[in-house]
Amino acid sequence: MSATQVAIALWTLVVKEIKRFTRIWPQTLLPPSITMAMYFIIFGSLIGSRIGQMDGFSYMDFIVPGLIMMAVITNSYSNVASSFFSNKFQRSVEEMMVSPMPNWVILSGFVLGGMARGLGVGLIVTLVSLFFTRISVAHPLLTIGVVVLTAALFSIGGFINALLANKFDDVSIVPTFVLTPLTYLGGVFYSISLLPTFWQNASLLNPILYMVNVFRHGFLGVSDIPVGWALAAIVAFIIVLFTVALWMLERGKGIRS
Amino acid sequence: MAEPALSIRGLTKVYGNGFHALKGIDLDVEQGDFFALLGPNGAGKSTTLGVVCSLVQKTAGQVSIFGIDIDRDFARAKYHLGVVPQEFNFNQFEKVLDIVLAQAGYYGMPRREALPRAEQLLKDLGLWDKRNGSARMLSGGMKRRLMIARALMHRPRLLILDEPTAGVDIELRRSMWEYMRRINREEGTTIILTTHYLEEAESLCRNVAIINHGEIVRNTSVRGLLAELDTETFLLDLAHPVDQAPHVEGFEVHKVEEAQLAVVVHRGQRLNDVFTALGEQGIEVVSMRNRANRLEEMFVSMVEQGNNERPKVEQAEVGK
Repeated sequence: MSATQVAIALWTLVVKEIKRFTRIWPQTLLPPSITMAMYFIIFGSLIGSRIGQMDGFSYMDFIVPGLIMMAVITNSYSNVASSFFSNKFQRSVEEMMVSPMPNWVILSGFVLGGMARGLGVGLIVTLVSLFFTRISVAHPLLTIGVVVLTAALFSIGGFINALLANKFDDVSIVPTFVLTPLTYLGGVFYSISLLPTFWQNASLLNPILYMVNVFRHGFLGVSDIPVGWALAAIVAFIIVLFTVALWMLERGKGIRS
Repeated sequence: MAEPALSIRGLTKVYGNGFHALKGIDLDVEQGDFFALLGPNGAGKSTTLGVVCSLVQKTAGQVSIFGIDIDRDFARAKYHLGVVPQEFNFNQFEKVLDIVLAQAGYYGMPRREALPRAEQLLKDLGLWDKRNGSARMLSGGMKRRLMIARALMHRPRLLILDEPTAGVDIELRRSMWEYMRRINREEGTTIILTTHYLEEAESLCRNVAIINHGEIVRNTSVRGLLAELDTETFLLDLAHPVDQAPHVEGFEVHKVEEAQLAVVVHRGQRLNDVFTALGEQGIEVVSMRNRANRLEEMFVSMVEQGNNERPKVEQAEVGK
């Protein structure tokens, strides 16, 4: 395919993915907005006012970046996992497989679609948070950079999950039993400095901690961990997972007999 | 001489469970042909076409589409290929127009070209009025036509139709046949068809291959195949019931129903002799028809022959 044809194919796939999640917005865009509004009301306003300050900021200001990041992570992942698995299940993935579209375009199309939903929901949550607090962003470029990279990383993760999944249950196992616990324990609601030393060290093994902290650093200018290392780790994970996903696609894992 | 539209050499497929689906088949389909690939369920038809379309990974062998080896440049080969699979394989929740436009996009076709092409195809196939409706609201026949429209969006030179008229009513089937004939005749599109309706293959196709147990057992012209048919069975509807099948010298006659006989006529025999003999016995024939489609008789006999021979081969191997 020429570069123009590749661009048309990629654009087609991305637009199709965006149309998909906007068509079913009551399932994709509305629930995270309501859930996050509940978090802001209950944890931020009601309980947060009794907690006092966290790392020198009001509790509401402290949890806003974490909750935005949590929404981005879960929505990027689940969008690609459910969309690609649904394509497998309905066999509409064959439309792409019989076409001359290169595998990297198929992968990128789904990943960009997942990023669009993750970032879209992140934006909605940010707008919701404005009802509860005033947001100031200390490092805008870093904030945008890390949220985009995180959305990309978890979209790729969702793609690999969908390739490996054989039934719908398989698509929900990782978000339920891996992503949710890691996110809750990834410093969304607390600073790891509050933990005993052992659990502080254990928390450092949680990759989501790095993303939440870098994002919080972008907003508030404070972080529990070194920002440079965290960014490098996210980029390294993206490269590794993209390569693995592409290799699986080339091999026809889960889609070719 | 022009490259074949499809050339297959030594194609072998062994599935993960050890099932030997294709045992080194060779097949050529010439450009502009209307070709039938026939075989019973599980014979290897869909596996063969799956390899050609990149939905199935081959174990060994070579496949070329218009001279392009799929192992060397599958992307370029795919430009020439349109596929209408046996089962519906589109997102049922998408709009009809979106489905065909997305397919054009996957082939890198700009929207300004894709829109008029989609309009033409959806109008030709009677789906234009449904373009803004969800695909799941279409009837079974409309869904099949949608898959044909989708497959033709990028103007493929080779169209693969896997059971295209399965579950489609007779009237619609005839109109789909006419459409397929038209694109084969007027646009020169090579068509490969698998079907269980052997009447369809006899009516549409010029050449045929019969596949059984992963091997091509015949590859010839439809006309040539029919010429090999030694016997035909005719059903005769009688004016009055008969107690038993009458004796007709030189012919095999069976009573099917109270007022219906089946007569087996071998090559070289004259059907007129049957009517004369029945007339002499006071039996009046009201109407007559073939008991089965001629190609179907040939097909059934070949498959049965293959099935009968198979245990012998397996026994011989066990005995080694």
